[in-house]
Amino acid sequence: MDRILAHRSGDDVAVAVDDIAAGEEVNGRCLEGGDRISVRARDDVPLGHKIALNDRPVGSEIVEYGVAIGEATIDVQAGDHVHVHNLGSIRWRSSQRPAPAAASQR
Amino acid sequence: MNHRTVQAYQRADGSWGIRNHVVILPVDDLSNAAAEHAAALVPGTLALPHPYGRLQFGEDLDLHFRTLIGTGANPNVAAVIVIGIEEQWTERVVAGIRTTGKPVAGFSIEGNGDFRTIEAAARTTQRFLQDASELRREPTELAALTVSVKCGESDTTSGLASNPAVGVVVDWLDANGGRIYFGETSEITGAEQIVAERALEPSVGAAFLDTHRRYVEFIEAQGVSLLGSQPTEGNIKGGLTTIEEKALGNVEKIGRKASVAGVLRPATTPAAAARGLYFMDTSSAAAECVTLFGAAGAALHLFTTGQGNIIGNPILPVVKITANPRTASSMAEHVDVDISAVLTGAMSLEEAGQAILGIMHRVANGRLTAAEALGHREFVLTRLHLTA
Repeated sequence: MDRILAHRSGDDVAVAVDDIAAGEEVNGRCLEGGDRISVRARDDVPLGHKIALNDRPVGSEIVEYGVAIGEATIDVQAGDHVHVHNLGSIRWRSSQRPAPAAASQR
Repeated sequence: MNHRTVQAYQRADGSWGIRNHVVILPVDDLSNAAAEHAAALVPGTLALPHPYGRLQFGEDLDLHFRTLIGTGANPNVAAVIVIGIEEQWTERVVAGIRTTGKPVAGFSIEGNGDFRTIEAAARTTQRFLQDASELRREPTELAALTVSVKCGESDTTSGLASNPAVGVVVDWLDANGGRIYFGETSEITGAEQIVAERALEPSVGAAFLDTHRRYVEFIEAQGVSLLGSQPTEGNIKGGLTTIEEKALGNVEKIGRKASVAGVLRPATTPAAAARGLYFMDTSSAAAECVTLFGAAGAALHLFTTGQGNIIGNPILPVVKITANPRTASSMAEHVDVDISAVLTGAMSLEEAGQAILGIMHRVANGRLTAAEALGHREFVLTRLHLTA
């Protein structure tokens, strides 16, 4: 059963369509193209929340829908729960969070 | 497609409506009491109380009049009684609605008091209601209805399923000569290039980007940010993290094929014969946005939700769509279309779009939406600045 869905092939995150427990190996697909994806969860990820498919170091863009939805505010590893604790808006940057010295080029 | 033909009311100006409301419309806050008393004397009519209409000026006042006149002019409205404290502003609203050719009458309270105003208004209201009850539905195309779309209390299921399913409907309506409105200026931040690239002509894309830029400049001029408001607490609970992510999910509602035909100021309509997909500069707050679409002649609204927004509108049937299986069960009384099977792969987006078209067809023919049955009548006027 598909437990994660990604929008596009190459996205850094997928959405849990079921509650996922840390340690579980979960499978799913890309909505556009139908590519299979899988990752071992490092955190609990509730339904509707995102899980990292790729390692993303602090300051690098995180891509969903094929475009950046923000940047990693701490190092993110594949399988991590991705949310407000490790992903921040690039457009509306929190005043508590300084701009990274160099955004990664992807 | 078997959803094509619906039974609707054709108004004197040629527009098609799917409800037959007789509305009692206050011009200002002071006139709410008289409007509500008159409506109580003639059951089956609808008063639309609101808190504004005094000492507004400039563009804010223009928008107030446009919204009231547009609401009265909406094709779901058969006839309108306007009640205001002062004669001149009351007459301005009456004159605006009268251009549609539908029955409209105005009553002002100064020099008369509530009692005499209520009696006079109620007598005309009774006549309008009895006359409206004789109007009959006639067959027309579903795409003859102006349809608006908005999402609220969104979560990741909105971007994965409910918004793209509405996009399937938008593409279908556009291909069949429909008129569609979308808006939510702030919530397109991060996806504005996607909208601009869908413009029918470069000038439309430029007008859209200009509208968005002016909104961002307004926020920046206040020295504030929308963090904390956008995404909302409910969005974050549902898994949405940033405004960019929310915006990318939001714009899934405009489908894949339809071009953006134009950019509208709030509560304005394109030329009468114009068809296609239009962006309106609106708030992203649900009731404000839907009220503005209603004032621009929308007859039916598609509203997607993830975490469970419960909005309705007094004159505009709001069809509520969710792809979140928990919301579909925990808030079932608010949901018209449950397409959560898209998440498990048991339903395709095309099938979800067909399910929405099926409900639209039934609602157009008279079926009450969940929001109508539950009495959700959020009529919220947009204010632009301080009063005089």
